[in-house]
Amino acid sequence: MVPISYYLVLSAILFGLGIIAFVFKRNIITIFMSIELMLNAVNLAFVAFARAHNQLDGLVFVFFVIVVAAAEAAVGLAIVITVYQNRQSLNIERINLLKF
Amino acid sequence: MPILNYLWIILALPLLGSAINGLLGKNFSKPAVNAIGIGSVSLSFLSVVELAREFAQLPAGDIPWVRNYFTWITAGQFKVDFSLQVDQLTIVMLFVVTFVSLLVHVYSTGYMAHEEGYYRFFSYLNLFVFFMLTLVLAANVVLMFVGWEGVGLCSYLLIGFWSLKRSAISAGKKAFITTRIGDFGFTVGILLLFWTFKSVDFNAIFKQTMNMPAEGFAPGGVLTVICILLFTGAIGKSAQLPLYVWLPDAMEGPTPVSALIHAATMVTAGVYMVARMNPLFARAPFALFIVALVGVLTAFYAATIGLLQTDIKKVLAYSTISQLGYMFLGLGVGAYAAGVFHLMTHAFFKGLLFLAAGSVIHAMGGEQDMLKMGGLRKQIPVTYWTMFIATLAIAGIPGFAGFFSKDEILDAAGSGPHANIWLWLLALAGAGLTSFYMFRLIFLTFFGKPRFDAHKVHVHESPRSMTVPLMILAFLSTFGGWFAAPHLLGGTDYFEKFLHPIFSTYAVPAGVEQQVSLAGAAGSAGEIARSPIMELIHSLTGPPVIIALAGLLLAWWFYIKSPEIPERLEQRARGLYTLIFHKYYVDEIYAALIVNPLLWISTNVLWHGVDETLIDGAVNGVARVARESGSQLREIQSGNARSYASWVVIGAVGVTVLMLGLWGVVR
Repeated sequence: MVPISYYLVLSAILFGLGIIAFVFKRNIITIFMSIELMLNAVNLAFVAFARAHNQLDGLVFVFFVIVVAAAEAAVGLAIVITVYQNRQSLNIERINLLKF
Repeated sequence: MPILNYLWIILALPLLGSAINGLLGKNFSKPAVNAIGIGSVSLSFLSVVELAREFAQLPAGDIPWVRNYFTWITAGQFKVDFSLQVDQLTIVMLFVVTFVSLLVHVYSTGYMAHEEGYYRFFSYLNLFVFFMLTLVLAANVVLMFVGWEGVGLCSYLLIGFWSLKRSAISAGKKAFITTRIGDFGFTVGILLLFWTFKSVDFNAIFKQTMNMPAEGFAPGGVLTVICILLFTGAIGKSAQLPLYVWLPDAMEGPTPVSALIHAATMVTAGVYMVARMNPLFARAPFALFIVALVGVLTAFYAATIGLLQTDIKKVLAYSTISQLGYMFLGLGVGAYAAGVFHLMTHAFFKGLLFLAAGSVIHAMGGEQDMLKMGGLRKQIPVTYWTMFIATLAIAGIPGFAGFFSKDEILDAAGSGPHANIWLWLLALAGAGLTSFYMFRLIFLTFFGKPRFDAHKVHVHESPRSMTVPLMILAFLSTFGGWFAAPHLLGGTDYFEKFLHPIFSTYAVPAGVEQQVSLAGAAGSAGEIARSPIMELIHSLTGPPVIIALAGLLLAWWFYIKSPEIPERLEQRARGLYTLIFHKYYVDEIYAALIVNPLLWISTNVLWHGVDETLIDGAVNGVARVARESGSQLREIQSGNARSYASWVVIGAVGVTVLMLGLWGVVR
C-alpha cells in the first residue's frame, strides 16, 4: 500500500504549482485553471486522509468541493465571457478599473 | 376669603401681567398694555393693603405667618418648600415695593410714551415686581435667592432696554457680572447655612440660633463666616465698596428703571437680607462691624465722587450708593429698625429724585449734563418743587423724611450699643457732603441763567401721568418720616415699635452683648430724664442738622453767590480735583487689574489655547489621522487582480504559519 505521505507530497506539489500559476499568469482562463488545480490538490489530500483514517468525512468534503467548484466555474466563466465582450482582452493587467 | 391664606396671589398678579404683555403685547394698543401693566400692580398693591389689615388682627403667636404651598426640592436631608411668610418686616417691604412700583408704572406711561418696545418695557417691569415680591415674601433662603437672582435678571434686561445702544448693553453686562461676584459669596453662604443648621427655613434657623452663644469679636466662627459670606452678596446687590461700580453705569437704562430698580427697591435687597438675617448677625459682632465699616466707608466715599459729577443721573447714582451705605451703617451698629426705616424713606425721596430728574431730562429733550441746564425753575415748576422737597429730605433738613431716618442712624452710630466715634464722624462728614452735592444739583439745574440755546430746546412741563407720581412721592418724602417723630421728643418711635418683634424675638439672650446694651440703656435713660422740649431742641440743633445746613449754605455760596469759586478751587487743587472727577480711577484700576488680565487670559489661553488648540486640535487630529492613514492605505486597492492574488496567498501563508505555531504551543 502506498503510504499517505506520498499522496500528501503530491497534493502539496500540485497546490504549489496552482499558487504559482495563480499569481504569475496573465490570462484569466489560465488563472481559472490554476484555481481548479488547487481545489483538486486539496481534494486529493482529503481523499488520502479519508482512506488513511478509514472515515467518510473527507469524502463528503470532496463532494462539497466538487459541487462548489462546478458552481464557481459556471459563474466565473460567465464573467470571463462578459469581460472579453467588453474589453476584447483576457489580460488581467488591463482589467484594473476598479481601484482607489 | 382672607388673603393671608392666598399669599401667592400677590406674586401671581404681576407675573400674569408680565406674561400677557410679554407674550401677546406686541399686538395690543398702548392703553391695553397700560391697563394690564398698571392693573396687575395696583391689584397687587390692593392685596397688600388688605393683607396688612388682616395681619393687624393676627394674634402675636401667629407671627411670622408662614404658608407652605408645595415642596419644591427634596434631596436627602435637603428640602426646600415654596413657602411664603408674612411678618412686620415683610409688610413694610411689601408696601414700599408695590407702592413705588405702582407710581413708577404710572410715570412710565408718560415717560416711555414714544419708545419702541413699549409692551416689552412693561412686561419687564411687571416681571421685576414679581421677583422682588418673591424675594420679600420668601420664607426660606433658597426661595429668597430665586427672587434675588430674578431681580438681577430684570435689572440686566432693563438697563439694556435700548438694546441698540452699545453702552447700554455693556452697562447691563457689567451690572450682571459684577453682582455675580457677590452672589458667589451669597451662594457659598447659603450652603454653609444649610451645612450648619440642616435647614434653609428662616424660622427653623433662627430657632436654632437661640441655643448658640454670641461669637467673639474675631473672624473664624461659623456664624461670622456665614454672615460675611451673606454680606458679600449684599455688597454686590446693594452696590457697596468694592463692587459698587456697576450702579453708576446702570444709569444707561430708562429713568423710571433707575428710580424703581436702582434706587428704591432692588438695590435695597441687600439691606433687607441683612435685616432679615439679624439673629445670625447679632451673634457675629465681627461681621456686624464689617457691615458698619463697609457701609460708612461707602457712604463717605460715594459722596465725595458725587461732588463733581455733572451728569444729573450720575450724581443721583452715587448718592444712592452713599445712602445705601448709611442703611448698612444703621444695621451694622445694631439699629436694624433705623436701617430699614432709612430704606423706606430713601425709597420715597430717591425714587422721587430720579423721577424728577427724568422729568428734567424729558423737559430738556434728552439732555443730562447739568452744565447745560440752569434756570429751569420757572419753566417746570412742579418738577422743581417736588425735586426740591426730595433734596431737603435727603439732605436731612428737619421735618422731612430723610432727617428722621438719618438722624436715627447717626444717633445709633454715636451712642448706640455698637457705637464708634470714627464711624459717627465719617457718617457725619458724608451727611455734609450729601447736603452739598444735592443742593449743587438743584442750583445748577434750576437756578442761575440758562446755559442752553433757548431757541433749540423747547422746555416744557411733563404730562400729568408723570407729575402726579412726583407729587405723591413729594408728599411721602415730607411726611413719610413722621412715624419716628416721637423719637425727637424722647418717646417711642412707632416704626421701631412696629418692627420690634423682628429684631428682639431672637436677640442674644445673655452675656457680653447684653451688658453692652444695658450700658447703652443706662446712657439713654440719662437722656430720657430731659424734658421733651429739651430733647426736641437737642435733636434740632444736633451736629447732623448743623452740617446739613452748612452743606446747603456752602452750595449756595459756590453756585449762586459767587460761581467763580469752584473754578478757582479747581485750579488750586488740580490733583485732587482730577482724582475725584475721574472717580478715583477705580474703573480704570479694575480694568487694568481684573478685566484686562481676564480678557487676555480668556482670549489667549482659554480661547486660542484651550479651545482652538486643545479641543479643536483633538477633534481635528482624530479626523486627520483617519484621513491620512486612509489615503496611504488605499494604495493597496490597486485594481491589479494579481496583486490581490498575492495578498491572498500571503494571508493564507500567514494564517497557516500562525496555526502551526499555535498548534505547537497547544501541544
